[in-house]
Amino acid sequence: AMATSAMVGQGEVLTGTTIMACTFDGGVVLGADSRTSSGNYVANKVADKITKVCDKVYLCRSGSAAHTQAVAGYANLYLNQHAIELGEKGVSVKSAATIVKEIAYTNKEWMNAGMIVAGWDKAQGGQVFAVPMGGTLMEVPFAVGGSGSIYINAFVDKNWRAGMTRDECKAFVRKAVSLAISRDGSSGGVIRTVTVDAAGQNKEMVPGDQVARYQDEHLPTLGSNAPIFT
Amino acid sequence: MSGAGSGYDLSVTTFSPEGRVFQVEYAGKAVDNGVPSVGVACKDGAILAVEKPEETKMMLPGSNRRIFTVAKHVGMAVPGKLPDGRQIVSRAQQECENYKRFYGNTIPTKVLSDRLANYCHAFSLYWHLRPLGSAALTASYDDNGPHIYLSETNGVSYRYYGIAVGKGRQGIKTELERLKLGNMTCREALKTVCKCLIKQRDDQGSKKFEIEMAWICDESDRQFVRVPEDVAKEAEDAAKREIEQEDEDSSDMES
Repeated sequence: AMATSAMVGQGEVLTGTTIMACTFDGGVVLGADSRTSSGNYVANKVADKITKVCDKVYLCRSGSAAHTQAVAGYANLYLNQHAIELGEKGVSVKSAATIVKEIAYTNKEWMNAGMIVAGWDKAQGGQVFAVPMGGTLMEVPFAVGGSGSIYINAFVDKNWRAGMTRDECKAFVRKAVSLAISRDGSSGGVIRTVTVDAAGQNKEMVPGDQVARYQDEHLPTLGSNAPIFT
Repeated sequence: MSGAGSGYDLSVTTFSPEGRVFQVEYAGKAVDNGVPSVGVACKDGAILAVEKPEETKMMLPGSNRRIFTVAKHVGMAVPGKLPDGRQIVSRAQQECENYKRFYGNTIPTKVLSDRLANYCHAFSLYWHLRPLGSAALTASYDDNGPHIYLSETNGVSYRYYGIAVGKGRQGIKTELERLKLGNMTCREALKTVCKCLIKQRDDQGSKKFEIEMAWICDESDRQFVRVPEDVAKEAEDAAKREIEQEDEDSSDMES
């Protein structure tokens, strides 16, 4: 489970969250909501939970905001040093994920961090690595994490398919995150996505009022841009 | 020879007025006067070969190995002082293991040879240590093709198409420069390497030699292994035959 409200007394800030990453034909799409909560208080409505750890590799963060920010900081430090030693040959996604895993596993007693590492490298193309709490490392075609992920596990299992195009994958990620947001109280705000492929990396955002709503959530209002799903 | 340093060669922390560190150069001599060692990068892999003279008839053939597997994809020959060489091999094995543990990927050869060069160099910075009297001749084969690197005792590290160190290296290097190694397979190059090593022997026939050979190639599944005994023997025999043929031809021409 996630960090508990027992920690809130000490001011622990959580990213009760929905995060995910998905491979498509030629790269990966990472997606996340933007709600940082401290108990019932929304500390940040527009948080950025997708953090760059090195060129073309990003980290989705869930759990304790402090812990995951620290992990991202260390990973960034080690990967920068590693990039210098490697020279022209870039850092592989696997190396980035292994370093994140080493930090998570070595400090497992103290850590509250569920993370997803995803990116693109020349040798292997787009890859997604899940690093759930405890410090396992798994390469997977797609991964979901955070408190909201439980509501969309079946959805992504059913609807992900190999060989999607970039746009199909982005739409898939946005739909999945919006479904999680509609049921998980700790997820909300905007939907951020990062698309990484051979050409580069592209950060985008779906503003709050354009996030899809479902069933009873959708109130018929004039001028709303939210797509209607039944 | 002795006295060449004239007082500036007593410690590794002393420069001469010309800017030389004699102790480091002397360490290099340990490699230069050591057993001949060759490394070549071919079309489909890389080869390492070391020629060892038989020290005593009582010694088992295959003793005092000079070529070691450092990781599945990397091997190393250590010309010069063998005990110093074993130290370098041990360090290299640790580097490979730690790199894999921390980064998840196998260590690129350039990174390994740079680290070993730095390791050797560190020994030249402290008064209470002596430089290592052995170099690291590394062979590997990865997605970027076959590699041969030489990390020298003074701390430099270069990549080569083909390189020889130890006794008779000049002659062997001259031979290697004539070849188009990039177009040869490892099997073909094996015979040529044996030929180079056999030719540079001073006293042919009287003393016994053992050529230790190892390779990493498509044939070996890109793992660094000893050349199979039958392949090694075939290469050595073929090399000897070619040398005899050349001797006959040249003596025919003379008469």
